[in-house]
Amino acid sequence: MSFVSFGFIAFLAALIVLYYIVPKRVQWMLLLAGSVFFYAFAGWKAMIFIAVTALSTWLAGLLIGRRAAARDAYLKEHGGELDRDAKKAYKARVKKQTYLIMALCLALNLGILAVIKYTDFGISILNGIFRLNLGYFRFALPMGISFYIFQSMGYIIDVYRGKYAPEKNPARFALFVSFFPQLLQGPISRFDELGKTLYGPHAFDWNNISKGAWRVLWGYFKKVIVADRLITVVTGLAGGPEKYKGVYVVALVFFYAIELYADFTGGIDITIGVAQMLGIEVAENFDRPFFSLNITEYWRRWHITMGTWFRDYIFYPLSVSPRMLKISKWSRDKLGQAIGKRVPVYLSTIIVWFVTGLWHGAAWNFIVWGLLNCLVIIVSQELAPLYQRFHKRFKFSNTKGYNVFQMFRTFWLMGFIRVLDVYRDVPVTFRQVGTVFTHWNWGRLFDGSLLKLGLGWQDFVVVLLACGVMLAVSIMQNKGQVRDRLIRRPAAIRAALFVLIVLLIMVFGAYGIGYDAGQFIYVQF
Amino acid sequence: MGTDTSVKNELNTGTDPGVKKPGKRVLKAVLIALAAVAVLALSLWLLQRLLVPKYISSSEEGLLVKEYYSYAGGNDVLFVGDCEVYSNFSTVKMWTEYGITSAMRGSPQQLIWHSYYMIEDTLRYETPKVVVYNVLSMKYGEPQKEAYNRLALDGMEWSPVKRQAIRASMMSDESMLSYVFPILRYHSRWSELKAEDVKYMFKTKQLSHNGYVMRVDVKPVPSRLPVAKPLKDDEIKFADVCWEYLDKMRTLCESKGIKLVLIKAPTVEPHWYDEWEAQIVEYADKYGLDYVNFLKEDVLTATGLDYSTDTFDAGQHMNLSGAEKLAVWFGAYLRDNAGLEDHRGDNDLAAKWQSKIDYYEEMKAAQYRQLEEKGTVDSYWGD
Repeated sequence: MSFVSFGFIAFLAALIVLYYIVPKRVQWMLLLAGSVFFYAFAGWKAMIFIAVTALSTWLAGLLIGRRAAARDAYLKEHGGELDRDAKKAYKARVKKQTYLIMALCLALNLGILAVIKYTDFGISILNGIFRLNLGYFRFALPMGISFYIFQSMGYIIDVYRGKYAPEKNPARFALFVSFFPQLLQGPISRFDELGKTLYGPHAFDWNNISKGAWRVLWGYFKKVIVADRLITVVTGLAGGPEKYKGVYVVALVFFYAIELYADFTGGIDITIGVAQMLGIEVAENFDRPFFSLNITEYWRRWHITMGTWFRDYIFYPLSVSPRMLKISKWSRDKLGQAIGKRVPVYLSTIIVWFVTGLWHGAAWNFIVWGLLNCLVIIVSQELAPLYQRFHKRFKFSNTKGYNVFQMFRTFWLMGFIRVLDVYRDVPVTFRQVGTVFTHWNWGRLFDGSLLKLGLGWQDFVVVLLACGVMLAVSIMQNKGQVRDRLIRRPAAIRAALFVLIVLLIMVFGAYGIGYDAGQFIYVQF
Repeated sequence: MGTDTSVKNELNTGTDPGVKKPGKRVLKAVLIALAAVAVLALSLWLLQRLLVPKYISSSEEGLLVKEYYSYAGGNDVLFVGDCEVYSNFSTVKMWTEYGITSAMRGSPQQLIWHSYYMIEDTLRYETPKVVVYNVLSMKYGEPQKEAYNRLALDGMEWSPVKRQAIRASMMSDESMLSYVFPILRYHSRWSELKAEDVKYMFKTKQLSHNGYVMRVDVKPVPSRLPVAKPLKDDEIKFADVCWEYLDKMRTLCESKGIKLVLIKAPTVEPHWYDEWEAQIVEYADKYGLDYVNFLKEDVLTATGLDYSTDTFDAGQHMNLSGAEKLAVWFGAYLRDNAGLEDHRGDNDLAAKWQSKIDYYEEMKAAQYRQLEEKGTVDSYWGD
């Protein structure tokens, strides 16, 4: 069931009404039933996968929890009888057992993800290297698999680390894995954060309903008016690399940046808004990323829950793993302190970005995309002293104008890396980006050529105005949430604005026959 | 001290003039919410009126289905089918010649299930003595274009019949909701709005004469017609779904005591194949139905149709001259074979039809005037 469907809106309305009618102790059960219903729309076969993930992770968490509880009880009872070494040995034995349980759970779920998402990619590599002609399986990707598996993996690692106790009730855990608003495209929630509000009880709170509804409306505005309108242009430009070179590549970079932003943040707005209407707090996933001054900051503000997930569950453990410590020692000995201390950090960074790329898709495009991000981050870090000297030397570098230049630079840099998403392969992408410097056809911007890409001038005006609204709202967010300020306005003004935005979406939205309305881009990940 | 007392009193009674009672606050919120819903609904209704196509300067046939409700009732003959019906038989001529009251429910590329539900819908308003179905649409076992669905279904008044008609007709990318709220379908017309969209927001023009669409200009059939392409294997037999609807049409008519007459209009394009003809003949024979193929030499001769003067688009549709000739012949056929009465003696009916004749003559004159001035008929209304 797509968020952009009347079926979803009807489903949501019915669920919210029921949610506040049923006894509070069963609210979470209703949410679970709603999530199962929502997921069933994607096909019952896909439900098997999410059920296996939920069940295996819950069971593993329970076993780890029991083992840890047994350890604590044993030490409490017999701690006095054991010497320090015996205690240490006992703890190590238990830790090994719990590690094994966690590893099995991770292996099972990563195995499912690997088989379904990456088998064909592996086959294509084998076919390429060994000149084979192996057939492809073309597995249908279950909805949200990358999101719910990563969320479950985070849970089991946290339980193993003793960050929190495991959830004992399998149904409650199933709700954490399958909570419908975040199934499609995240965010990747943490159990200890989402769990605080997920299970209620929640009394009807008009403030939550109102704020949630505003957020949902804003999401639809971005998704339906901007993102879905630009699909035609983006797919047209990316699908015809032979025809669209030079300035068309620049146009693609720009339009895809806007489309992806409006699509992904719009979807997340709907997710967070829906959850808020149910009284549930879901983690923010964006913090106005196009205002970032550099790529490192950009990645702190874009797809935040994914970034922190990779940081907490891959980067940090990898950086302090015994093998990495060995490498660190070796590199300091052999390469000196200055270079040596960077090696383990950069090695971990490269691995994280490689995995991040792979997580986004089973294709070289995504891997190269991840590694390019990594390259820019590492180069930026290496050049940091130079930047500092530059900023000291030239006073203008602390002005607002220079900040705008930095935002502009980061936007385009990220944009050019991001087009790897849309071209068919890596060589085509590099060739196309190369034509920006070799193919001088900037006149195409002004001779009406852009109007032959499937959108009329009126559509471009709508996109431009909508982008203006998005920019204005982002700037207003400097002073806190716009919704908070809206809520303080007289009810009649709020109602009028709400009606106006609904009408704008209904009329100017790119939906229905005549538009190839797109599924949310991040659903495919 | 005095102030303290008043504050205490206000606290006790809750009558602080600056703080509204919770009940009042809730009432105000509810009223504002209701007002917002009302404004939203009204705005959407107005926008819908603005955005739906008006069918005044293009695709005028989109007006036909809705127009039926202005002449529903008291019709002895109901024609159903596509343009081979609404372009080819003059209902007014049938009245002036024989006093036969007839109406048409046709729309461009109207498929057999559209026609079936048009009959069901018509039965909500009147029970004609004869239903005439043009069999060309038997060749389509699947909807061809969403636009034709809209032309056939948008104008129907809401009833369970319309709901069933939509269900039977929808293509995979259509939704029932977009028929209930046409703004969902036509919202993207904001970029192509014209002055007529405002002018005809709350009114329209009458296109047809009890369903008949008039054209007075002439474009003869060329002396050499293109050779018809041989049928592909899967095109020879009519689809099962078409037979199902023809059966439903037949049994519905039987149950209401209506005579069902099958016809094939005398258009030369698209080609009517012998293989198709044989299937219709067999069906008509099997169930004892009348079947008139106007393409047959003897019928064609009897109608007096002349392809050099009686068609406005090289044989695809008849012009006024052709439609009147067909009406004269077919009116006599229906009078003789279906026992239809001459109603011209009914003063009320005659007065009603006189106004139809007046409009018919007015449009005829306007089209001839335009033809004389411009050499072509750009507008059915001659403006």
